[in-house]
Amino acid sequence: MGISPVCAQTESDGLMMQKNNLCTGFMYSYTSWDHYWEGTLKRTNENLGKVSTQMIGWAGNYGITDKIDVIASLPYVKTKASAGTLHGVEGIQDFSLSGKWNFWQKKLGKGNLKLIGVGGFSIPVTNYVADYLPLAIGLKSNTVTARVIGDYQLNHFFVTGAAAYIFRGNVKIDRSAYYTTQLHLTNEVDMPDAVNFHLRVGYRGNVFVAEAAVMNWTTLGGFDITRNNMPFPSNKMNATTAGINMKYNPGLMPGMSIIAGGNYTVAGRNVGQSYMVGGGIFYVFDFTRKKSK
Amino acid sequence: MKKLVLSLFVVLAGIFLLQVSCSKDVSGRTDGLPPLNPAKTDINAGTWKPILLTGPTEFAVAAPVATNTPEYIAQVNEIKTWQKDLTSDEKRIVEYWAAGAVLRWNEILRELVAKHNLPPYQNPDNTYPIPNANNPLAYPQFPFANPPYAGRAYAYVSAAQYDALVAAYHYKKLYNRPAPYRIDSTLKVLVNKTDLPSYPSEDAVVAGSAVEMLKLLFPGDQDYIQQKAEEHKRARIISGANVRSDIEAGEALGKAVAQKFVARARTDRAGAAVGTPAQWAKLESDCIAKGETPWISLEVPKRPPMLPFYGNVRAFLFDSLTAISLRPPPPPATASVKMKDETDEIYKLIQDDSREHYRIVHFWADGVGTYTPPGHWDAIAAEDFIKMNFSEVRWARNMALLNMALMDAGIVCWEAKTYYFNPRPTQLNSKIKTLTGIPNFPAYISGHSTFSGAAATVLSYIVPDKAAAYAAMAKEASLSRMLAGIHYRADCEQGLITGGKVGDYAVQRGLSDGAGN
Repeated sequence: MGISPVCAQTESDGLMMQKNNLCTGFMYSYTSWDHYWEGTLKRTNENLGKVSTQMIGWAGNYGITDKIDVIASLPYVKTKASAGTLHGVEGIQDFSLSGKWNFWQKKLGKGNLKLIGVGGFSIPVTNYVADYLPLAIGLKSNTVTARVIGDYQLNHFFVTGAAAYIFRGNVKIDRSAYYTTQLHLTNEVDMPDAVNFHLRVGYRGNVFVAEAAVMNWTTLGGFDITRNNMPFPSNKMNATTAGINMKYNPGLMPGMSIIAGGNYTVAGRNVGQSYMVGGGIFYVFDFTRKKSK
Repeated sequence: MKKLVLSLFVVLAGIFLLQVSCSKDVSGRTDGLPPLNPAKTDINAGTWKPILLTGPTEFAVAAPVATNTPEYIAQVNEIKTWQKDLTSDEKRIVEYWAAGAVLRWNEILRELVAKHNLPPYQNPDNTYPIPNANNPLAYPQFPFANPPYAGRAYAYVSAAQYDALVAAYHYKKLYNRPAPYRIDSTLKVLVNKTDLPSYPSEDAVVAGSAVEMLKLLFPGDQDYIQQKAEEHKRARIISGANVRSDIEAGEALGKAVAQKFVARARTDRAGAAVGTPAQWAKLESDCIAKGETPWISLEVPKRPPMLPFYGNVRAFLFDSLTAISLRPPPPPATASVKMKDETDEIYKLIQDDSREHYRIVHFWADGVGTYTPPGHWDAIAAEDFIKMNFSEVRWARNMALLNMALMDAGIVCWEAKTYYFNPRPTQLNSKIKTLTGIPNFPAYISGHSTFSGAAATVLSYIVPDKAAAYAAMAKEASLSRMLAGIHYRADCEQGLITGGKVGDYAVQRGLSDGAGN
């Protein structure tokens, strides 16, 4: 009974599943902010108070081979504003599916260097309202992501860098016209593409994994929220977050892992200055047993 | 297996990428329209009844130079010089403006409204700054183009354009100078040819009157407005539709007529619509004295009501006594069982925040950062008028009827709002969370319903085939305010009725202005 020592959940870390292993489970996160950037101006809004987002999501990661994984996830999102009168919303958001391929690796010094390519897409599963920011549960854009990950591990210590380009499809909103920096007589919104970077440093053991992570999301184009206006899906939304993530594989139940993490937005533009805390529980199913008999 | 999965994935992602990136170009519904091709020239429009002008000759237009003079021939040669070497940008502006002068200036105005429809941020002492027309670029920028302001702006621009065109068509018939391509058959023409005399240019009349009117209404956007006007005039010369003297005479006439509307606008009492802190306090105490619960702002910090004295503005379609006579009957008393029932109904409605409810609410919300409900009805009207091949003067006449009705509907509606000073549902039951922002003024009667009742009535007169569709749209716009949780049923029902009454005045005007349909 081969139990994977680690369970990789994300499209941006340096971990791979073992062949025929499925790691699956549920995650929960809570995000909130009361300060936000209106363009580059940091402000609060007494008619929103604290805006919070709760997410509960399913995720699964399957090793087709030791070098190729397929990752899928589907979140349910619920939003709320603590002040003002706006109605919160909730619903199933976007399904995403990625393929992760460890296409190159090499001994480097005493450690091991890996390069991983990730290609994925996401698609909204429900017809949720995108043009209701900051309470919308998502931006409702179809996306295609191309990501390269470099991972270097020396004994139990690792450093991982990831860079991604996100192609974002246009979205349709309920209004028949909208103003960005000019009037658009259409319900279709041109969504600017984005780039996304991760840098992770930490300890990767058999039982315990811990990392510090910084992330940057930069929208390539888009426009700033004008003074005292509402946000819009095609705003130039940028964010840099710093946080920690942990994973623990308790010995009492082999195959199970518990994750926990949190981050804080240290810089941003047209987004909330949020902090996020979350956790999850995952289990690895190994489908190789019968074959190996 | 590995290869299969990988290639399947690449193909899937490829298809998806194609779908994502190929759909990037977004075009507007009025991009790439064919050139305006009026079904009739309306050559006798000089006899139509103007709105403010005493008659079509109130402003003189000098006789044009004859078409056999060297001066005229030089002007035709100017067109030929332009046409020799057209840049793609010149072709673009010709195509853009050929769709119609009234249409394009209405779109520009809607754009300016959307840009300026932003409530000012509060001062450090929790009061709110008021935009200053004499310092329009300082924060808060002038104007705050909220629905009443916007309704008035659309009406003045449309009405000025209409009167200026009535005068222009009088002189067109009088001087009967044909379009340059009728004089010189070698001239290329990039728009539809017409038998309408080209002096003075109807396009320049429309541009000139818009520019003059917008100096007052959007004083901080002059660079943009002037650039559009220059483009418009150039497009007409480049396209071979007008010689320079057509343009110059038209622009001068448009400006002169618009100045009459500017003078009216300066004295129509809109300047006093904001009110003073003492007046705002009195509205509240008067309401309490009547035994009612007064409206209270639900914003933090509390914001003074939006233009509470807009109800005193001089209407276009009737006098101020008539405006007051159109005031709807009182809403249910705030302490009554009926009011409680109506509040409960709204509380129930917002609990059903279904996707369809959001669609209806957001389609019609026309809130912050949009061209407002009057602009939405202008958009609906414009897209229908495009299909009807109106002449420029008929376009202007129909937009003027619609927009005077929308402005006057706003006046009657705001008069009722301030008079009754009735609270919003969320004020009576704080559990009512709304599907869009709560407008910062009293509830009774619903502005959206009043605007929509008026617009649907006027449009049903202009485009009778679509009467049922307009009525359905007005009803949905009205209902959207209940689904959003921001209005009671009485607000919406009385709003539609009152708006319909205002719309009837515009229809009566249309029936007697000599234009026919």
